[in-house]
Amino acid sequence: MTKFSDLTRLPDAQGHFGPYGGRFVSETLSFALEELEKAYMSLRDDADFQAEFDRDLAQYVGRPSPLYHAERWSEKIGGAQIWLKREDLNHTGAHKVNNTIGQALLAKKSGKPRVIAETGAGQHGVATATVAARLGLKCEIYMGAEDVERQKLNVYRMRLLGAEVHPVESGSRTLKDAMNEALRDWVTNVDDTFYIIGTVAGPHPYPAMVRDFTAVIGREAREQSLAQIGRLPDALVACVGGGSNAIGLFYPFLEDEEVAMVGVEAGGDGVETGRHAAPLTANAPSGVLHGNRTYLMSDASGQVSDTHSISAGLDYPGVGPEHALWKDVGRVGYVAANDDAVLEAFRELTRIEGIMPALESAHALAHAKVMAASMRPDQHIVVNLSGRGDKDIHTVAKLDGLEF
Amino acid sequence: MTMNRIDQRFAALKAQSRRALIPYITAGDPAPQYTVGFMHACVEAGADVLELGVPFSDPMADGPVIQKACERALKHGTRLTDVLDMVASFRESDQTTPVVLMGYLNPVERMGYETFVRRAQEAGVDGVLMVDMPPEEATAVAPLFAEHGLQSIFLLAPTTSPARAATICAHGEGYLYYVSLKGVTGAASLDVEAVARQLAPLREMTDLPLCVGFGIRDGETAAAVGQVADGVIVGSALVSRIADNAERPEAIPAALKAVLGDMRDALDR
Ligand SMILES: Cc1ncc(COP(=O)(O)O)c(C=O)c1O
Repeated sequence: MTKFSDLTRLPDAQGHFGPYGGRFVSETLSFALEELEKAYMSLRDDADFQAEFDRDLAQYVGRPSPLYHAERWSEKIGGAQIWLKREDLNHTGAHKVNNTIGQALLAKKSGKPRVIAETGAGQHGVATATVAARLGLKCEIYMGAEDVERQKLNVYRMRLLGAEVHPVESGSRTLKDAMNEALRDWVTNVDDTFYIIGTVAGPHPYPAMVRDFTAVIGREAREQSLAQIGRLPDALVACVGGGSNAIGLFYPFLEDEEVAMVGVEAGGDGVETGRHAAPLTANAPSGVLHGNRTYLMSDASGQVSDTHSISAGLDYPGVGPEHALWKDVGRVGYVAANDDAVLEAFRELTRIEGIMPALESAHALAHAKVMAASMRPDQHIVVNLSGRGDKDIHTVAKLDGLEF
Repeated sequence: MTMNRIDQRFAALKAQSRRALIPYITAGDPAPQYTVGFMHACVEAGADVLELGVPFSDPMADGPVIQKACERALKHGTRLTDVLDMVASFRESDQTTPVVLMGYLNPVERMGYETFVRRAQEAGVDGVLMVDMPPEEATAVAPLFAEHGLQSIFLLAPTTSPARAATICAHGEGYLYYVSLKGVTGAASLDVEAVARQLAPLREMTDLPLCVGFGIRDGETAAAVGQVADGVIVGSALVSRIADNAERPEAIPAALKAVLGDMRDALDR
């Protein structure tokens, strides 16, 4: 058995988290990844770099983000107290910006004038375009054509910020295809281009690096819990697409064994229907995609499956390799929330707390609601409210029969 | 142990001071029933080694031409198990031309390594080139491949550092596949002088044949690269002929032979 304290020492030198992770890339990218790893390792412990990162998080992003007690919602549910870690209040409206700030600083230090990114919901694309604008970097974003359609607002935001957005027509026209296309761009322009990956996936060192940049969420939440609740919470809940907001919240609590952790995947129409994006919950077999080994939804012949979710940001057939290990060792539980429950949670939080969550975050809310109902009022759940819902108004309105 | 077909072929070529002509086609493109015929056509046109692509849903290192070939093959449900059957069928009448499976790791991962190596050996596969499996990630399975007579073919790229090149040369078997340019398959033209410059230090590190792929489209580029390399690998130029004739597959063998025949002549001139 892995001791939970051992989990904080991963990945190993080859980027493996137990059997997962690694660096499964074509040779052309290997050198770029070695260079990136070196650059990141030296800057990670560099006081000036960290000070610059912290200053940007404070003055540009607006950190720390509050930990908010959703009292009215908790009361209505009638169980545990629900606290929301307000990543929706960050500049650009989601947790993604913590990571893009870090990676863009690295791009600048590495002397790369051009950044590229893949995006699903468009939040990572917007966050990348934003920091690129601020640092004067050329920016190109790859986005599945289907997502371009369902996230029009974010596409226009990126263009206003000066980024070029490329709709990706290949494959299932969603996040995984955007990532394929970004990798093809990177392999072609590797000399002058920094690839800002938006979640804890991809080849080593991305899963570790993105985790480290995002872990500010959990460090703050831990301190805030001690100050505001007077102790650590009983449980943490976060949605899992690639898994960055969840890892960001969970990682600093890994060794606090009394704190339960639940990652909520996209159940789509229901895991039992096959129309979902929940590789961990569905116990998908391990596979290799986008540079790492992880739980991966694929058919019996190894072709990657199409995924289904109401939220573009969770519509991905794999999951960060560190989550795969956390599932295997039992440190974190993984469940799925279905589209209908997610929409209900979206509407409920909006009406009861006046906070409109991103549909991605609403997955975490939907499960927190179920959990809270079976807990006592003196127990506490911290939910990562990873982003705000403005970008999803379109999708929800359509379900209400409205078109703008 | 008998010599692997790949080693045999390169030894014979070396004795004749000839260059290897290595076509790549995607198995199952435009439909599975044609592939074995295409393989024989390639051999008739002078191919020395065949690279047979295993179609994959997410071919990250490939440009549009091979992406679409994968899509055509997958539309007909071409699976890894079907590709192995194709090799077995090819072997019924050709026991000498080496066949290398080229593709991405996930189909192999799903089949399971033990099953894959056993079935590949039975089918008559000689080498395996998994684009997304560099030597560092291959160490655990390399012995299993070797036990089943499957040589591990690795890529080298313009971005490969001298230290990495040494590692790759140490682990490589059969031949080394030098990717001529930074980019995906089917990308623009290659720079022969740059390739020559980059192959020179590799010659110091290894006795393995150095073959060059990406950007070889006609007899002229093949001959130019043949001046500095032990073999040329041609993929997108063939696959685009298959695409052009996807509606009349009976015309494809002749189209493949035309391209390869020019290259063969140019290489042997
Ligand atoms: C608000 C929000 N939450 C969550 C996610 C999912 O990503 P991850 O699982 O990496 O946090 C996204 C992705 O687009 C997002 O925009």
